[in-house]
Amino acid sequence: MLRPQSEAELCDAVRGAEGPLWIEGGGTRGPARAAKGTRLSVSGLSGITLYEPGALTLVAQAGTPVAQIEAALAAENQRLAFEPMDHRAVLGTEGTPTIGGVVAANVSGPRRIQVGACRDALIGVRFVDGRGDAIKNGGRVMKNVTGYDLVKLMAGSHGTLGVLSEVSFKVLPQSAVRATLSTAGLDVARAIAALSAALGSPFEISGAAHRDDVTLLRIEGFEASVKYRAERLQQLLSGFGDWSVDMNAAEVDATWRDIANATMFADTDEDVWRISVMPGDGAAMAARLPEARVMFDWGGGLIWAGVAPGTDLRAALGDFRGHATLVRGAAETHAALGTFHPEPAPLAAISAGLRAQFDPRGILNPGRMGRTGAHGG
Amino acid sequence: MEMPIPNAFVIDRKADIVARLQAVLAPDAVIHEEHEVRAYECDALTAYRCPPLCAVLPSSTAEVAAVLKICFEEGVPVVPRGSGTSLAGGALPTADSVILGVARMNDVLETDYANRFIRVQTGRTNLSVTGAVEEEDFFYAPDPSSQLACAIAGNIAMNSGGAHCLKYGVTTNNLMGVTMVTMEGEIVEIGGAYLDSGGLDLLGLICGSEGQLGVVTEATLRILRKPEGARPVLIGFDSNEVAGECVSDIIKAGVLPVAIEFMDRPCIRATEAFAHAGYPDCEALLIVEVEGSDAEIDEQLSVITEIARSHDPVELRESKSAEESARIWLGRKSAFGAMGQINDYMCLDGTIPVSSLPHVLKRIGEMSKEYGLDVGNVFHAGDGNMHPLILFDANKDGDLEKCEAFGADILRLCVEVGGCLTGEHGVGIEKRDLMGDQYDDVDLEAQLRVKDVFDPKWLLNPAKVFPLAATESRRAA
Repeated sequence: MLRPQSEAELCDAVRGAEGPLWIEGGGTRGPARAAKGTRLSVSGLSGITLYEPGALTLVAQAGTPVAQIEAALAAENQRLAFEPMDHRAVLGTEGTPTIGGVVAANVSGPRRIQVGACRDALIGVRFVDGRGDAIKNGGRVMKNVTGYDLVKLMAGSHGTLGVLSEVSFKVLPQSAVRATLSTAGLDVARAIAALSAALGSPFEISGAAHRDDVTLLRIEGFEASVKYRAERLQQLLSGFGDWSVDMNAAEVDATWRDIANATMFADTDEDVWRISVMPGDGAAMAARLPEARVMFDWGGGLIWAGVAPGTDLRAALGDFRGHATLVRGAAETHAALGTFHPEPAPLAAISAGLRAQFDPRGILNPGRMGRTGAHGG
Repeated sequence: MEMPIPNAFVIDRKADIVARLQAVLAPDAVIHEEHEVRAYECDALTAYRCPPLCAVLPSSTAEVAAVLKICFEEGVPVVPRGSGTSLAGGALPTADSVILGVARMNDVLETDYANRFIRVQTGRTNLSVTGAVEEEDFFYAPDPSSQLACAIAGNIAMNSGGAHCLKYGVTTNNLMGVTMVTMEGEIVEIGGAYLDSGGLDLLGLICGSEGQLGVVTEATLRILRKPEGARPVLIGFDSNEVAGECVSDIIKAGVLPVAIEFMDRPCIRATEAFAHAGYPDCEALLIVEVEGSDAEIDEQLSVITEIARSHDPVELRESKSAEESARIWLGRKSAFGAMGQINDYMCLDGTIPVSSLPHVLKRIGEMSKEYGLDVGNVFHAGDGNMHPLILFDANKDGDLEKCEAFGADILRLCVEVGGCLTGEHGVGIEKRDLMGDQYDDVDLEAQLRVKDVFDPKWLLNPAKVFPLAATESRRAA
């Protein structure tokens, strides 16, 4: 295993590679989807490079544990607002989630509907491309349109365009008070209608989910504001049932952490899929999966589905607007069905073209994001 | 401003090219007479002008595709244009180029409140997107100050921001999908009314690419419910340092204002003389606005005013009514007009880390003396986006050049302290030759390779964003 201790060593490792590299941060995403090749761990590049609470800016090396970043932020009453997911529960893996892994997969939790995804909070990257060259894009300021936005391109590129060495974020204040509103017994269509009504209100919903027959909303802010909004939402949504309000911080945070981490799928033998759709399509999509155990986040726009191992979920869904990703499944299922949603031909050609430019030898996580194109291996 | 030597072969073939374009567009959609194309010779960076070969105004995505196909076959450079409000020269033509204007494509295609998006043709103006959803109390968040005139196409090309980005983000954070036509004339759909990408984030790459990767003809935009209300507080200080500390302390206290605007003394004096908003004569002035119900606004403003008081302000004026709010904003909104009354001005757009604000303002003050040109600073302080306004006299020989050199020095200073050349206006031609100050050759090469993928013949807006020397071999190929 290669474990460089600096960006310069990372450049050397990539430049000197004679075959495919399997890039990992803290190894929490498991081996099932990994490409064959030499393991390249980024965990040696660790540490917070810069943190200015008054400027809402944090820069860290890619291998820095997420927990270390969250602790530093918490000490200043701030946070990564997009709520990065911890995959360990659902994947049954160990290891330490790293910030580079979060960025490489662009993972975002329930607050994505309010503050955007990981890629929206990301304001700068340094990475090493397939040639072994260190490249920077963006920086440490939150408004920056200087040149092409490779920052967004790197987020969610799963190491196929370059190996991240450093990432910069816009962080946000932690909220003083958080509350969960909930009601039980709504069918999926009614639940999503309730979530949509709440999200279309001026009350700044920061979480909107439905699982196990319970429909959940989260609001945050100063105490008086949260109480006021909870009351207004209870009135607004009274047609959907009675909504109870939980303002116990530990309970509220545990509820939404469970949703972010999809823990309802921990320790089962189902395959787990993550489907992004228009919220209004959520109920119809779920109806096409009658056997599945499902959870809705993002106001109905994110469907987590647990299905029997090997199920071709995309075939069951048929044509729809959105995309479905296999999060957990046997290596053969990943290989047979493809982890990521097939792109339309013109976009697949662009993506393949980009990979060929950034990684001309095809050595960075080959095959990780697609089964065709320049990375056929 | 150096521009590439026009392709004589293309100019010689003008009649044939115009005829081919006329064959696929409405008769009045191809503008080619010399006196008519002058209307397209510049954008809002009026110091540079060059009439294009011709301009086309297609009415549909299919027509855009037909135009691009022809231009691709003929090897004609294409300069996409929204409303022509770019301050960076993003839509400046070359003599051998076709201006592709989307102004006739301004329909609302779909409005969906339950799913909180609107789909529009990109010639639609920014403000009229909000106009289309206002009756349901929704709005489109990015609000560049040109929003009355600027088109969504240009907003996407430049990844435009506005005064309210601290809370709502810029264009890229509010863009869900696009219909784009490639230089070859192929129509592609990227993203849509759902979140995130199933593959590489091509949408994020397109946004802010200054019309160099494709022509975006339709856009799915996130719309939001309007807050119940908004009110600002005005705070005056006797030093820039203290004002900067106050901004930092507000942010650290856990309040997220929707806007934090900063004006320095030259700017305050100019706007006061022009708009009579009743601003105090002080070194630095902050306008901090928060949103919510009346009680929520009071709660947040009380936190903010308490912090402000701890910094010993010379003025602290909390708005209690819509009228008082309008008065507080009056001066800020008149700032550019007020500076324009004094003289011609050049508006810069660098971003700096908020912590370096006092240092940067001090250096700008010193440079102002060295260059003998006055400068006023308006600043989105929450996100570090500065707008220094350098005053000069366009009729005075050498003044523009002096002003440009001063501006370049300010932008280099922004980069030096850890910031960037442009926060929301884009690079265009204006900052093209400074790119090497922010990015080294390897960084730039990575960006050029992206363009190679989308536009291998380098025909789309080819002379923008990158130093000409860096792109010469590609443009000539």
